[in-house]
Amino acid sequence: MEHFPWFILLAPLVSAVLIQLFTRKSASVSVTISVAAVCASLLGSVFVFLGPDAVAPNEINWINLPGLRVPIGVTVDALSKIMLLIVTGVGALVHIYSLVYMRDDASKARFFGNLSLFMFSMLGIVLANNFAMMFIFWELVGVSSYLLIGHWHTRDSAAAAANKAFLTNRIGDFGFMLGILMVWSVAGSVVFSEISEKTSLALVTADPTFLTIAVLLIFCGAVGKSAQVPLHVWLPDAMEGPTPVSALIHAATMVAAGVFMLARISFLIAPSPGAQMVIMWVGLVTAVLAALMATQQDDIKRILAYSTLSQLGYMIMAIGLAAPGAAMFHLFTHAFFKALLFLGAGAIIHALHHEQDIWKMGGLSGKMKWTFRSFFAGYLALIGTPFFSGFFSKDAILIAAWQTNKIVFLGALFTAFLTAFYMTRLVVVVFFGPARTDAAKHGHDGPPAMTVPLLILAVLSVVAGYGIFAGRALGEHLWHGIHQLEEGGGAGAVMALAIGAFVLGTTGAWVLYKGRAKDPILIPLFKNKFYLDELYAALIAGTQDLLATMSAWFDKWILDGLFVRGLSGGAWGTGFVLRFLQIGNLQAYAFLFGLGVVGLIYFMVFA
Amino acid sequence: MTLTLNHYLFVSGLLFAIGFAGVMLRRNIIIIFMCLELMLNAANLSLVAFSRFNLVNGLPNYNAQVLVFFIITVAAAEVAVGLAIIVALFRARQTTHVEDINSLKF
Repeated sequence: MEHFPWFILLAPLVSAVLIQLFTRKSASVSVTISVAAVCASLLGSVFVFLGPDAVAPNEINWINLPGLRVPIGVTVDALSKIMLLIVTGVGALVHIYSLVYMRDDASKARFFGNLSLFMFSMLGIVLANNFAMMFIFWELVGVSSYLLIGHWHTRDSAAAAANKAFLTNRIGDFGFMLGILMVWSVAGSVVFSEISEKTSLALVTADPTFLTIAVLLIFCGAVGKSAQVPLHVWLPDAMEGPTPVSALIHAATMVAAGVFMLARISFLIAPSPGAQMVIMWVGLVTAVLAALMATQQDDIKRILAYSTLSQLGYMIMAIGLAAPGAAMFHLFTHAFFKALLFLGAGAIIHALHHEQDIWKMGGLSGKMKWTFRSFFAGYLALIGTPFFSGFFSKDAILIAAWQTNKIVFLGALFTAFLTAFYMTRLVVVVFFGPARTDAAKHGHDGPPAMTVPLLILAVLSVVAGYGIFAGRALGEHLWHGIHQLEEGGGAGAVMALAIGAFVLGTTGAWVLYKGRAKDPILIPLFKNKFYLDELYAALIAGTQDLLATMSAWFDKWILDGLFVRGLSGGAWGTGFVLRFLQIGNLQAYAFLFGLGVVGLIYFMVFA
Repeated sequence: MTLTLNHYLFVSGLLFAIGFAGVMLRRNIIIIFMCLELMLNAANLSLVAFSRFNLVNGLPNYNAQVLVFFIITVAAAEVAVGLAIIVALFRARQTTHVEDINSLKF
């Protein structure tokens, strides 16, 4: 029983290694290995979920130095249990879905090998019991995400997107590493359970400024992975990857790693109000900005990507509001309905021969019945329709905001309205009205391997919010926290306002977009993502120019001028001055020589 | 009046000064050469004087007198080389004035 976590972790690794080393030539064998591994992990996760909590059973002492102990060990608690279920559950469904989606891909074996590598890395983050191990897997997730985004690496845009994702993540990860070092420098340990002990926690929290800086640096890691402003730019571009990858990595699991990590270290965040405030505002700004950008996008996957950004902003905000329970609850429900929406979008893209522009779709509700039904369930859950899962989890976060800061609450409510607006726009344009192209006229449902995962996720999206599921999944402690929030006041008002925002958003978008052939409103600022990409490009170009100019100046004047030319010029100049002493008069030389002797005698005798 | 070490040294210094002044002030290279010899002999005189007035167990210090012979020998060799150079110089330039021999300059 206590070996199950190791089994969960290692099954995908074995699969990845086998595929990379031996079976890359044979797609069918590779696919079988990969799917078997993820199913084994899922099974193991279910057993672990039903089993007891355990902190660091049979850990391996990897690095053992005086003052630094880095074990490779696993934590099994409520937090990692729910993440295990999400990661392996969604992972398994995505694997099965990929069987169809990637059926005709030439490098299917490589794809599934990378998927397995990703599963291994993600499970490593979830199970890690210390900062160092988490950081290693954190980077591994970045690598596998890079490989998967760039799966179609012959396409320039995909290769560029992969690079962008990796580099942007690295910026955040650098802060994460510094934060880990700061915590380690005072606590003397990187193991979560040891840091959270009273004595070492007192050491870490002794200096509030130090703690705030450390937590914010660690938060940088989450800003990168969970794509928060200002490092959010990689996520929309990451949609260049295959759609199952978008569903698994860029909606349900990897981007949630930041939220999970912050929930894992909530014992460090709680004593630092300053850090909490920054985290809260970063989350809110991300939620609002991303939702605004989503309202003007035309690419179905990009709309969903911005929606993911916005929802991640919600979760981060919940962490900042000292409600990690609400954050994990939303992460839990969001994982299902956002994976569902992505897979649904993938089914549409697949059926329409890789058409992603929503204005070239239309009228698909009749032709892709099962896809439409499941997509609609995910849509209702995302926009917070009452009695769907998203409604409950979003409500918990809104209540937390209401109780802490009314301005933040209004921002979050505005985001809820925007969410309803842009998702309704998407659904109306894609599924209703006339088909706008030939491809859309011939849309059809995929085979069962495609629709069954959709239906399973659809059912989960509907029911995941209820206490009977979510309460069990989140565990007593987190669920209790959410209950306390609801009893803290304002629950009725928040719910009424949330439903108001939902109604306003859906009807507004319905009226605006019903029967339109092209977008009736055009807001360039939103469509161009607030020009942030351009701004970054200019900033980077400017910085590089400045650096280049400075180093050119240094090279020209300091290295060439002072050192190279300076030395030769100095020797030449000295020679030039000294050559005036050579006057050619023998007696003058003799006189100087005599003076020298007199001087020498003077110094020998008198000095 | 007895001659003391100071008298010898005074004469030696006088000889040296005359020689040095000759080297500095005369223009004829042969005279300069002779003045150089004068300076060497001034040194010889002081060496012999020191030797004679610095008795050890009633005997003069002969080290200094041996050094004088070295100087005389070196001076003789120097004269041989120096006169040869002067002759060659005169053949090339038809002059023995140092002011005219100044082409080795910037």
